[in-house]
Amino acid sequence: MKKYDKAFLHKLLYEMMLIRHFEEKAGQMYGLRKIGGFLHLYNGQEAIAVGAVAALDLSRDYVLTGYRDHGHALACGTDPKPLMAELYGKITGCSRGKGGSMHFFDAEKHFLGGNGIVAAQIPIATGVALAQSYRSDGGVTVCFFGDGAIHQGAFHESLNLAKIWNLPVIYVCENNQWGMGTNFRRVSAVDDFSLMGNAYGIPGRQVDGMDVLAVYEEISRAAEDARKSGLPTFLEAKTYRYKGHSMSDPQKYRTKDEIEEYKKQDPILILQDRMEKGGQLTEKEFHDLEARVKAQVDEAADFAETSEEPAIHTLYEDVLAD
Amino acid sequence: MAEKILMIALSPTMEEGTISAWKVKEGDEVKNGALLCEVETDKAVMEYESPVNGTVLKILLEAGGSAKIGELIAVVGKPGENIDALLKEAAAAAAPAAAATPPTPDRAAPPAGPTVGTAAVSSAPPAAPAGPAALERAAPPPPAAATAWEGPLGYGSYPRSSPLARKLARDRGLDIRSIPGTGPEGRVVRRDVEGFTGRPAPGYHAPAGAAAPEVPAAEARAPAVPGLQSQEIPVTGMRAAIARRLGESAAAPHFFLRAQVEMDSLMDARAAVNASAGEKLSLNAFFMKLAAEAIKRHPRINSTWKEKTIQIHGTVDIGLAVALPDGLITPVVRDCGGKTVSRIDAELAVLIDRARRGGLKPEEYSGATFSISNLGNYGIEEFTAIINPPGSAILALGETRREPVLGEDDELKVRRIMRMTLTCDHRTIDGAVGAAFLRDLKLMLQEPLRALV
Amino acid sequence: MPIITYREALNAALDEEMTRDDKVFLMGEEVGEYDGAYKVSKGLLDKFGPRRVLDTPITELGFTGLGVGAAMAGLRPVVEWMTHNFALLALDQVVNNAAKMRYMSGGQFTMPIVFRGPNGPAEYLAAQHSQALQSYYAHIPGLKVVAPATPYDAKGLLKSAIRDNNPVVVLEGELMYAWKGEVPEEEYLVPIGKADVKREGKDVSIITYSKPLKVVQEAAETLAGLGIEAEIVDLRSLRPLDEETVYASVRKTNRAVVVDESWPVASVGSHVAWLISRNCFDMLDAPVELVASEDVPMPYNHRLELAAQPSAAKVVAAVKKVLYRED
Repeated sequence: MKKYDKAFLHKLLYEMMLIRHFEEKAGQMYGLRKIGGFLHLYNGQEAIAVGAVAALDLSRDYVLTGYRDHGHALACGTDPKPLMAELYGKITGCSRGKGGSMHFFDAEKHFLGGNGIVAAQIPIATGVALAQSYRSDGGVTVCFFGDGAIHQGAFHESLNLAKIWNLPVIYVCENNQWGMGTNFRRVSAVDDFSLMGNAYGIPGRQVDGMDVLAVYEEISRAAEDARKSGLPTFLEAKTYRYKGHSMSDPQKYRTKDEIEEYKKQDPILILQDRMEKGGQLTEKEFHDLEARVKAQVDEAADFAETSEEPAIHTLYEDVLAD
Repeated sequence: MAEKILMIALSPTMEEGTISAWKVKEGDEVKNGALLCEVETDKAVMEYESPVNGTVLKILLEAGGSAKIGELIAVVGKPGENIDALLKEAAAAAAPAAAATPPTPDRAAPPAGPTVGTAAVSSAPPAAPAGPAALERAAPPPPAAATAWEGPLGYGSYPRSSPLARKLARDRGLDIRSIPGTGPEGRVVRRDVEGFTGRPAPGYHAPAGAAAPEVPAAEARAPAVPGLQSQEIPVTGMRAAIARRLGESAAAPHFFLRAQVEMDSLMDARAAVNASAGEKLSLNAFFMKLAAEAIKRHPRINSTWKEKTIQIHGTVDIGLAVALPDGLITPVVRDCGGKTVSRIDAELAVLIDRARRGGLKPEEYSGATFSISNLGNYGIEEFTAIINPPGSAILALGETRREPVLGEDDELKVRRIMRMTLTCDHRTIDGAVGAAFLRDLKLMLQEPLRALV
Repeated sequence: MPIITYREALNAALDEEMTRDDKVFLMGEEVGEYDGAYKVSKGLLDKFGPRRVLDTPITELGFTGLGVGAAMAGLRPVVEWMTHNFALLALDQVVNNAAKMRYMSGGQFTMPIVFRGPNGPAEYLAAQHSQALQSYYAHIPGLKVVAPATPYDAKGLLKSAIRDNNPVVVLEGELMYAWKGEVPEEEYLVPIGKADVKREGKDVSIITYSKPLKVVQEAAETLAGLGIEAEIVDLRSLRPLDEETVYASVRKTNRAVVVDESWPVASVGSHVAWLISRNCFDMLDAPVELVASEDVPMPYNHRLELAAQPSAAKVVAAVKKVLYRED
């Protein structure tokens, strides 16, 4: 803990709290029918997006993920206002109300989505790394996906391509243990996903996905490898999602006790506890942070609520570029 | 600050939830994600987790009670926090909702129904009353007779026919039923219409041009309907625009000039051009071209009254009135003076086609500097038209028909005669100016070569 | 004007565009050291090196997805599929990502990528390797689809496709690669979305594209001998579709036959036939005829496979039908 300065730790804590609060608000607003369709919440997994993105330089690095994408967009620094507005389907949304929860994008922040097809972002991210390698610009691409995506052909084809072409890509499998309602052990030949890169000569490591600093350190090391030698890396981040797969999931496949057990490892609690013990966080500071994220998320919800619906003529906009 | 706990949709189709059990009581501290209560939805019993950290300050809906989505069921906040304002606000929000619930309607009267007889009539089943009310209640006429060959074909009394054959027959005033078909299963096709030498159908008149404003044939004839129906039709946007624009236009001081034209040369010239070029140039394209040529010689016709000034336009943009099933529109061909007849015809075909499909853009039907309305197709001998702003004049064309004419040698001859009426806005066009234009136009129509010299 | 093959015309287009813009690169199976499965990329590896010409493993989904990512990040990939039959494995990346990325991001990205390779029936290849799959692409908003039938159009359209800021699917044909035609030495482009009247006539409009152009041209010769002047409209682009050129021709001739080597159900041909019926209704003297492939998987036997496809005789018969000619 000593080696991290207070401001950095506060930033990590703040970002995780912002994501947690944003997701809680999104869940509430879904319940109030302000948000429709599929809504996949990130509660419990915040340390992975926040720790990983903290290790990147988004002026040249890129981030891609699947449909559980709110946390990654927020970690990349996208303002919560256009994100909440996107959930509401408003014209002020980051994707002008055309994408919704699964299709957050922020080209400026190098956040390339938000993909609704399981594992489809893996080849795309590998292609972004191909462009970085083609230009020799020193950039790295981080690709997040879940334990459900790892058995798709797209994953295996991409790892092979990344290795034969030495592409600077970091694959991060966020193993939250449940691919929808299926436990990962039931559908995987191996329990240890870090082995998955072995067939392609890509080193794999496991990391505690509830520990934001552990994630930060692993990604920092992988990014350095990628920049120096153009080598792909594979990381399995062990984590747990607190909410259902999506909002209509009654979660009959797991017990309340299981969830409660994991909540003891809560990434926010862990960091908060460590910072308090290390004298880097007072109770007041924590409450101030809470007030700050709450105000920010309330403001985002107000912004979304008062924003306009897209005009009908936007229906035909952005189908093709000029 | 205290947080409102609202009933939320815990299943995609849930509208209302019933609390089956509270898992906390007032005064309990709850963590974000802790179980607050169980809610029975339309599908299953779902768990409601706290979205915030805090203390349960108030439970507003006891177990067994139901709430609609968005209604307050509890409040979580800091111990001792004053939540009166919040509760008051919630109560106020609930009250108008209750008041606004409409009373159960008991047999609401139908809106805008015919108010014949007593109140009982309006809710009585539609029997078959005798007398005048029968008119209002008459069933709609069977479509077959009224729609002629716009309806289903090939069965019953109508022969099969191709769309092109029907159009050609309509243009020539021929009854498709009288033409023997040589296509599959007796389908009347183009060659049958073109080779037909029989008489036009009664009630038809030779049309002024192939692409003259067309309406479904059924509308051009008196429909053989068994009865009339009293009804109020909503005013469409197009109808309102017509009413407004022509109403405005009618306020201008109008005068009318009439002339009669011998059409033989033009008709022959067109027939020759169409035969040699294999094109099918409409007569309207010729009218538009020749009107533009005459306007070049009388630019004042091509003007707009602007109170302080009169705008003389640099191009002749001619609007042609086209009838639509529910109104009228005037697609505009720009710069008719600078275009050939075939170009005008081609543009007209595209515009009319689009007008029929309702796809005309505003810039394609507004800003005509001169207009033409042609009702020759309907057998109208002559008529006057109302000026189409911003133009100052409109030309109304009647049908072309064979008439005896006394020649200069005092011999009676048969000529194809068309009558036309020019309506002018006297604010911009004086009588003599309009007359000189109409004279030149007449001479050009009679001898199209004049347009060249 | 030099006469070259369709294959050479495509090669010249790739060569010129790769020379013109360093962001353009070619990837696919056997495109480099093997000089291309159909030799379209012959010599490009030698000229541009392995950075610009990438041999991929047999992983259509994977390398197509890489192309999508590279395009999102600013390059202009040309993805060669050895044939469109194998591209079915990559369809998710084409349909769900390449075509929609711009729309679902509210216009934040362009997707300058070309997907190209042979499509349509060839010879003796049976059901999995001999099929016309254009409807799969033509159905998708967000894609452009071109199907050149001559060396001239192939070169001009591929160059336009590479310069376009949208995903463009280029449908070539195994049997067309050896076709010859005039191609000027000087640079030119063929615009996407513009049909071409390949033969003028007044009696009937035959609307076609891609490989069937040849049987349609044969049929037109036969018809000329019968005193029937057929007009041939080559669509060249399937999306966007040049409807006006089609309508102008049908308004002139009053009769239309659509020839398409896809299956007849929900095809480009059936769509064009519907458009004509809808928009030229009053100008039609006969129902629009569609000459398509027979509604069966492609058989191996040559006699059967020829019977499955549009032929000059089938086109002539359809033309006679719309002209009500029984001779």
